[in-house]
Amino acid sequence: MNPRLRWRKFVSGFMLTMTGVCALVAVSVLFFILGYLVYHGETSINWSFFTKLPKPVGETGGGMANAIVGSAKLLLLASLLGVPIGFLGAIYLAEFSGSTVAFVVRYAADLLNGVPSIVIGIFAYSLVVLPFKHFSTLAGGFALGLMMIPITLRSTEEFLLAVPRALREAAMALGASKWKTIATVIVPAAYRGILTAVLLAFARVAGETAPLLFTALGNRFWSPGWSQPTASLPVMIYTYAVAPYEDWHRQAWAAGLVLLGLILVINIVARAILARGIAVPRA
Amino acid sequence: MAATTSVPNAGPIPGSRSFLTRLREGDEIARLITFLFAASTVLVTLLLILELWQGSALARHKFGLQFFVTRVWDPIAEQFGALPFVYGTLITATVSLAIAVPLGIGAAIFLAELAPARLSDALEFFIDLLAAVPSVIYGLLGVFIVVPLMRDYAQPALKKTLGFLPLFSGPAYGIGFLTAGIVLAIMVIPYIISVSREVLMSVPRDQREAALGLGSTRWESTWRVVVPFARTGIMGSIFLALARALGETMAVTMVIGNTPTISASLFSPGYSIAAVIANEFTEATGDLYLQALVELGLVLFLLTFLLNGLARLLIAITSQRGGGTALA
Repeated sequence: MNPRLRWRKFVSGFMLTMTGVCALVAVSVLFFILGYLVYHGETSINWSFFTKLPKPVGETGGGMANAIVGSAKLLLLASLLGVPIGFLGAIYLAEFSGSTVAFVVRYAADLLNGVPSIVIGIFAYSLVVLPFKHFSTLAGGFALGLMMIPITLRSTEEFLLAVPRALREAAMALGASKWKTIATVIVPAAYRGILTAVLLAFARVAGETAPLLFTALGNRFWSPGWSQPTASLPVMIYTYAVAPYEDWHRQAWAAGLVLLGLILVINIVARAILARGIAVPRA
Repeated sequence: MAATTSVPNAGPIPGSRSFLTRLREGDEIARLITFLFAASTVLVTLLLILELWQGSALARHKFGLQFFVTRVWDPIAEQFGALPFVYGTLITATVSLAIAVPLGIGAAIFLAELAPARLSDALEFFIDLLAAVPSVIYGLLGVFIVVPLMRDYAQPALKKTLGFLPLFSGPAYGIGFLTAGIVLAIMVIPYIISVSREVLMSVPRDQREAALGLGSTRWESTWRVVVPFARTGIMGSIFLALARALGETMAVTMVIGNTPTISASLFSPGYSIAAVIANEFTEATGDLYLQALVELGLVLFLLTFLLNGLARLLIAITSQRGGGTALA
């Protein structure tokens, strides 16, 4: 083997190994994050974390029950806004619309999807907080719901479009009207995909913090109502992590573990649903 | 991006029945209802742009383009200049890309070219999970792991070896541009890997075979043939990552130091556009102050809008050329 060739082979082997190292580093970050969160969070997590209110500043102990309920309320509102718009909008795009309208809607959805979450916060502030003169759960749910729309819409549309034409033709040949075809044939055929899309959108907004900072604000007590500020897990993690108290840091880790656990579980479930195959018989 | 498979003979059938039949059978009603929902997406997006534009009118008229080149940010004197924030945003994004691009593309090459399909898919699964980790968690890890590591080890070491450069001078606080850049890099790597891998995998097999057949080594075929073929798409993934990095709020806010400084040193604490909005929006008193913050939001929006558009275009071009799956 001449030295030139040997050199080329060496370079090839070396560089390819380096790419493997890059992949290893990237993936190990995930396990590092998980490991560290579990290690720190596990020691700080206890029953009162889930059942107690935050203690006054300076006292140790207490929990984040209000933030857990707050997050649940915010996510409920977000789903009520984001899922219908995303789902029905996608049906329009996939089944009814002409190409121009579809282009405009897709473009708007992609644009909305790319908007930094803090800017969504500004929007929700000026649209919901300012008119009601109140930071509120509603405003926070609105902000998160907005972020769910484009994710749900775009992926649902793709799954609807993947339903074979033969299924539609069969339904219509049996005399079903178009909406009946959609409701009884197409949507059921794509339901796994749609469920995955909704779950992923849900998981995506569950960890959003920036849009909540000046919409749902935060609250150290139970939120008295939908039109009042509420605590939420992501915002609690943020405020506790940057505060100078040792005990708050401990609780921030616990909250981080709970939040990340929730999000990863939803992600894995969503992918598992999809991996079992879209229930579409081959044409 | 999960399922972009196109099934042959899929999709709706062009309608042929008369309007009256369709109305009677409820089709037109269904069409109208779903149309309203689809249209509300467009409406909301337009409203968002309108709100940002109108909400910053006062600040835009008062400061004009001076806004971007003024260093003073003094809410009491009602003097608002965005230069330190723009600077901080650009510097942290640059640092993050400097780290994330080589690492991300390297990993993507491994996943697309070397790893057996099953390993590649398994790793891609983990990378997708990594992309799902919320930014506040990255911030949490940044505050308690990256900052102490930077302060005690990395920054002193950098100062010792490269301290003659103005980039690596000044006291090591732990927080600052460099730390924010590193945390951002960790955040955007999954995006680069995911998209680049797809793009690389859409490069036709013949290209590789031809290069190998001409006697090139595995690396030469990858680096001189496959990567250039997928170049536009990889650029797309980088722009996507850049847009994420520019718009990221929480992870940056928690580690950048939140001081409006402009300094050549990467060790210096700074501020970014998103961070200043997050910190000052609720306490902004007076219209002008609030509107200056909204104008920052508008700037952020326009930047990410342009970058995302460019990214999608580039990725679409490459996927089409490769004849592979069409991405987003």
